[in-house]
Amino acid sequence: MRADDAQPEPAAAAARAGARTPPRLIGSDALAALIATLAAGGYAVIGPTVRDGAIVYDEVRGVADLPAGWTDRQEAGRYQLERRADGALFGYAVGPHSWKQFLHPPAELLWRARRTEAGFAVEAAPPPARRFAFLGVRACELHAIAIQDRVFLGGAYQDTGYAARREGAFIVAVNCGTAGGTCFCASMGTGPAVSAGFDLVLTELVGEDGHDFLVEAGSEAGASVLASLVSRPATQAALAAAGAVVERARAGMGRRMETAGLKELLQANPEHPRWDDVAARCLACANCTMVCPTCFCTTVSERTDLAGTEAVREKRWESCFTAGFSFIHGGAVRASRKARYRQWMTHKLAHWIDQFATSGCVGCGRCITWCPVGIDITEEGAAIRGHEAAGRDKPEVAHGDA
Amino acid sequence: MSAAAGADPMLPRPYRVAASRRETGDTVTLELVPVGGAAPGFAPDRFKPGQFNMLYAFGIGEVPISLSGDPADGGRVVHTVRAVGAVSRAIAQAGPGSVLGLRGPFGSAWPMAEAEGRDLLLIAGGLGLAPLRPAIYHALAHSEHYGRIAILYGSRGPAEILYRDELARWRQRSGVTVAVTVDHADAAWDGHVGVVPDLIRGVSFDPANSVAMICGPEVMFRFTARALLGAGVPAGRIHVSMERDMKCAVGLCGHCQFGADFICRDGAVLRYDRVAARLAVREV
Repeated sequence: MRADDAQPEPAAAAARAGARTPPRLIGSDALAALIATLAAGGYAVIGPTVRDGAIVYDEVRGVADLPAGWTDRQEAGRYQLERRADGALFGYAVGPHSWKQFLHPPAELLWRARRTEAGFAVEAAPPPARRFAFLGVRACELHAIAIQDRVFLGGAYQDTGYAARREGAFIVAVNCGTAGGTCFCASMGTGPAVSAGFDLVLTELVGEDGHDFLVEAGSEAGASVLASLVSRPATQAALAAAGAVVERARAGMGRRMETAGLKELLQANPEHPRWDDVAARCLACANCTMVCPTCFCTTVSERTDLAGTEAVREKRWESCFTAGFSFIHGGAVRASRKARYRQWMTHKLAHWIDQFATSGCVGCGRCITWCPVGIDITEEGAAIRGHEAAGRDKPEVAHGDA
Repeated sequence: MSAAAGADPMLPRPYRVAASRRETGDTVTLELVPVGGAAPGFAPDRFKPGQFNMLYAFGIGEVPISLSGDPADGGRVVHTVRAVGAVSRAIAQAGPGSVLGLRGPFGSAWPMAEAEGRDLLLIAGGLGLAPLRPAIYHALAHSEHYGRIAILYGSRGPAEILYRDELARWRQRSGVTVAVTVDHADAAWDGHVGVVPDLIRGVSFDPANSVAMICGPEVMFRFTARALLGAGVPAGRIHVSMERDMKCAVGLCGHCQFGADFICRDGAVLRYDRVAARLAVREV
């Protein structure tokens, strides 16, 4: 699939929708066949699985690896897996992982250099050995991928590693049926319904009548894979049930971000007292940037062998919350936590729009859930707007720590 | 943008040090030539005044360094480097015959064409004279296109003055004013003592029809811009060169962000009216 297939604009979504094949229904067996077909096609199939008390993304070899009957309870600074009453495979919101770690890996070799008689020779990193198939990509995550496409592929210079991994990726999206306590995609216009940027999209239908998936293809590659699976035409009842799944998620959003005028509001308020307030709570731990599916900043490091004849240059995820991030001779430009939080949030919600013609936030809620002190970007936005805690639709639910 | 489409902008090419000239105690000017000829689509020796390259010391690291040579001289890549950290020290110590890595050129340029027909104020503080030198070479080579040319330069002390011989030569040119000031004089210094903005008063120029290009520490260009505004130069004709940490130089690593601008891509040369409000906020 191509990078420009994934566009957040409604027009592009509509264009894609027009190209879609009629929806089909498949059972759990066909889902197993889908995983096997993709694996046989040379893809590393990455999907959700339970590990260390969380739903994470890793290589899956069959339906048994998926988090059947699990869901996640999320609040600011809290994440906990819980059992569902049914055996849904995609009955959770999002975990700490995002697909970013596969398309834009946390550590990546850029090149190696060897000393030669003429000085040194530089050898580019080899192209990726495997293609990824992503199983279970949510609407917010498709938008996050589309945003990173703009960052890494949309400018005069492209990230060659990202381009290769992205070009090869096959995307099986899933419509959300369960919104998390920290979710706010509906207010960001990025979900919960999947609109564009996928090869196949599933809607999980689990009930007393059985366990099926409504499937639509969004690309030729997707249509070809779908044609190879045992499927049956979608019934009106199944289509209605699928619509209800997404509506349930939309109604269950735990948070809301008021986006009207938010860019101008943040850019006009670099000295708002709320920055001091949040700085007093922020630990500058960088968790929010690590779990964010669009945060893209990196640093580089240089490694040599003991003889000094070979040097390796690696790129690693970096965060604007670290002291070293803005270091130039003489010290860090952003020495205070206030400056770092302001940089992160203003970049994400405001400067990003100037830079890439889209917000950098998809409303997935990860930064809220995985903040050790529960800082809530929707609440901070509302506070700068002048409405304390207006970002919350629901009171915080008390429950155990993850 | 000058990198060929599809070429990996992160890959450095080897360049040999053809000459190294010591400018001050910690600063050298290097002349570099491509090892085995320049690769197609990759031309760090074809640049616009104000642009920079990423210079790489084998096994140590890479830093952004402005081009300080004559843009009309395509044969050699010239950089003036001050040893301030591990990488810049290794680069500054690279003697003739050493091989460094190089990629570029990157970033925006001084508005040489836009400035035609106007008086030119080229104002530098410290090492900031290096990124301005290509603009000076260009302006002097095409002086018929410009009005009066003023080169104003401030240095910490007499020992830190860059390009001393050239400053003396430029001063001989008709229509060119060269003024140098130092923060701290020594016994032998008989020139101006004080900050750079003080030099503006001594120059005759038409504020309504001038273009200013400023490069130096942020505190220096903030005060200089303020003095120029006070003298009547429009904010949109004042240009500054900004400095931030950079790892990729192509707008992908995020380090150099200054508000909505990536200094590597949208700068380093930026119009003052675009950045003035941000410069007034601490820690942006």
